[in-house]
Amino acid sequence: MTRKPISETSEWTFELIEEYHAEIERIAKNFGLSTYPVQLEIITTEQMMDAYSSVGMPVGYSHWTFGKEFVNTEKNYKRGQMGLAYEIVINSDPCIAYLMEENSMPMQALVIAHAAYGHNSFFKNNYLFTTWTSADSIIDYLLFAKEYILKCEQRHGEEAVEDILDSCHALKNFGVDRYKRPPSLSMQEEMSRQQEREEYLQSQINELWKTIPEKTADHHAADKKHYPSEPQENILYFIEKHAPLLEPWQREIVRIVRKISQYFYPQRQTQVMNEGWATFWHYTILNQLYDEGLCTDGFMLEFLQSHTNVVQQPGFDSPYYSGINPYALGFNMMTDIRRMCESPTDEDREWFPEIAGSNWLETMDFAMRNFKDESFIGQYLSPKVIRDFKLFSITDDDKHRQIEVSAIHNTPGYQSVRSTLSEQYNLGSIEPNIQVYDVDLKGDRSLTLRHTQFQRRPLDKSANEVLKHAARLWGFNVKLESIDDKGLLVKAYECKPSK
Amino acid sequence: MTQIVDRRLNGKNKSAVNRQKFLRRFRKQIKKSIENVIAERSVTDLDKGEKISIPRKDTNEPFFHHGKGGHREVVNPGNKEFQAGDKIPRPEGGAGQGNGSEASDSGEGTDDFVFELSREEFLQFFFEDLELPNLVKTKLSTITETKKVRAGHTSEGIPANINVVRSLTGAMGRRIALRSPYKKELKEKESELDTLLKRHNVTDQIIVDLQERINYLKRKIKNIPFIDTFDLRYDNRIEQPMPTTQAVMFCIMDVSGSMGREEKDISKRFFMLLYLFLTRTYEKIQVVFISHHTIASEVDEETFFYSRETGGTVVSSALKLMSKIISERYPTNDWNIYAAQASDGDNWHNDSSICKKILNEKIMPYVQYFAYIEITADRHQNLWEEYTGIKSDWDNFAMKRIEKIPDIYPVFRKLFQKRTT
Repeated sequence: MTRKPISETSEWTFELIEEYHAEIERIAKNFGLSTYPVQLEIITTEQMMDAYSSVGMPVGYSHWTFGKEFVNTEKNYKRGQMGLAYEIVINSDPCIAYLMEENSMPMQALVIAHAAYGHNSFFKNNYLFTTWTSADSIIDYLLFAKEYILKCEQRHGEEAVEDILDSCHALKNFGVDRYKRPPSLSMQEEMSRQQEREEYLQSQINELWKTIPEKTADHHAADKKHYPSEPQENILYFIEKHAPLLEPWQREIVRIVRKISQYFYPQRQTQVMNEGWATFWHYTILNQLYDEGLCTDGFMLEFLQSHTNVVQQPGFDSPYYSGINPYALGFNMMTDIRRMCESPTDEDREWFPEIAGSNWLETMDFAMRNFKDESFIGQYLSPKVIRDFKLFSITDDDKHRQIEVSAIHNTPGYQSVRSTLSEQYNLGSIEPNIQVYDVDLKGDRSLTLRHTQFQRRPLDKSANEVLKHAARLWGFNVKLESIDDKGLLVKAYECKPSK
Repeated sequence: MTQIVDRRLNGKNKSAVNRQKFLRRFRKQIKKSIENVIAERSVTDLDKGEKISIPRKDTNEPFFHHGKGGHREVVNPGNKEFQAGDKIPRPEGGAGQGNGSEASDSGEGTDDFVFELSREEFLQFFFEDLELPNLVKTKLSTITETKKVRAGHTSEGIPANINVVRSLTGAMGRRIALRSPYKKELKEKESELDTLLKRHNVTDQIIVDLQERINYLKRKIKNIPFIDTFDLRYDNRIEQPMPTTQAVMFCIMDVSGSMGREEKDISKRFFMLLYLFLTRTYEKIQVVFISHHTIASEVDEETFFYSRETGGTVVSSALKLMSKIISERYPTNDWNIYAAQASDGDNWHNDSSICKKILNEKIMPYVQYFAYIEITADRHQNLWEEYTGIKSDWDNFAMKRIEKIPDIYPVFRKLFQKRTT
């Protein structure tokens, strides 16, 4: 059955967007995508650059680094060095997707399918997002953060606030709980609890740093315990709760940066999956639209051109190569799962007996819900995708003068390439493992961080700069020890707070 | 339920705050960059935006990440001829071990961070903290005076303002328009009457009727007034606020033979700065350009900056001319007068004392500020000595020396520094 196309030209109007959206929504529902309600917002190029430079937060507190990003984005855009990301989508309930006014109708339809249905369903159902973020309250919280920081600027001066924010930003990747779920956020609660928290916290700190010696002091000194008794992975959390000299409002700012970083943590762990899922769905939905005769050939050509650009993967020796394109890898893996379900080969039956020939919608839904990049690749990267991408792994060891090709896309290599690539998406090994190790409670109050080396990888030079920021927050000396896998001290850093 | 929201109208310039914060944070680097720009740029294109580059290491935000070294396994796409076990020399600069964002972050570390300042932002930085001195004095009060200026015509007004030509043109148009239907009919009736009269067999009654009708039409035409109140047009005048602070800036420059190419270039740039500064600070400001060698002449801006004249140097000629222009055109109770003079300090040896005399008697009492810049790398010449004397007598006199092009901007800033009193 063919129907009349919704529109013939590439101009968009509000009515057309509504019509396309209604069809896309219907198709998505037919495929069983479960999503938050959708809110489409039409914005200008400038607003898109703005959203882009504030990492996609719809309301953000103000800070120079966002200005820098904006200036940079604007420059690149004007020079034509980059196309603007045509989709930004907010993990919120309702899910907000931005449509740029300059885009043509096919592009708007692509973005609606990609962001408002692809990403949206991922946000709603992936286990990392459901466990770690609260889509219903994030906008409220960002609003609270923005207003709070503005208030601090008025009360304590812009520079004082900027100093604290700079320091927090330097440590923001270490302001994340990796293993326990943070409590949900909401503006009302935050505001009502904030006062209470300030007072309580300050009293705790005072308790910790009491200078009047206790009678049992000798006894304590004898078995010299560490404080904290277990190493702490969340450095910002530790600073917020225990830094001796911070004022209550400074603690609150540390908390804000930490919370926002926590909110983005799942996104950093599911880039390939998230983009792959969304790309797969815009491709599938728009093709369905075409099959039903709802869009024209011209529409399809424009869409395909853009789609092809997005999923392009230049080879390692291409001048355009900048690592593996998450859109390309994700899209190909998702498409391949469907292929294995619908027309499995003998190889697929051998590698993925439980997938081959199964219901593709159910299998993909399961994959989307229960994995992050690392485990998704470990589980689903098939020999066919490895061959298509011609993936090969390189061992680079500074003990050897040459690097070695350790595995390529052939039978003996598949397993090895797959596990190496999976490891490559493990944030735990991408980021250095640095934890709060000790606080010298009785002595100079210095804070010791411990870096446990992973495969002998050293820290970058910038560690010294980060330590300065840590020292500013802590208020006393901060030490950093690099420990190798045998537990031996490799390198030590120390930084005094500057007055 | 799906909503479509048009956000295009709200939240414009949302990033302006962040941009300002960014500019403020790197103010030192940006100023430095601007100073370099002034030194290198040609004078004519000073008044536009600027590409600013600041060291990227300053703008980078540090975070803990892995450096080079250790053991790592990396997967790349696009294998062509490699087999497992192949040994390859390690590529320079870590290419081939790039893994996503980390590689690009450290990869661009050496470049400068380059961005564009808008024209407004550029001038803001450029003229920051600068202010014309002593402007307060004459007529700075906020009382707005108004004057009447012509503004077209209206249909109402007083008889004194009647615009005769406009009114009569209107009247003529009206007359033509109102008469034409009657005239047309009159013409028809008259020719009808003629034909009837020629035939003889027409009843008298028809002719009488026609003649009556013709007379009626003639009366109608006659009754249309030559001029009507409706036609009257009056000259319109409206009140326009007059600028309350009037300032005139004298730019005096030595274009004599002793001024080499470089000196001329420097003074041109200095005045260019000044001119920019003035046109930016005051809406209504007049600038008088006086260039001189042995004879002084008032010239227009174009000639002032680009003329090529040579000859000896008599500085007093310019000062005399300035004094004359002041007394003729700029009564001191109405005008704030500023002057800036650029010279290499070379002067006809008897003339410097005359300069001092003119300045002391005819110029300094009337001007708000007189700035003298001496452009030379040599030792001071006689004019400088004489002027030093003036400086001690008048505190609205300032002098500075510029040796090289990069000095211009700092000196300019010093001369026109905001005075905190």
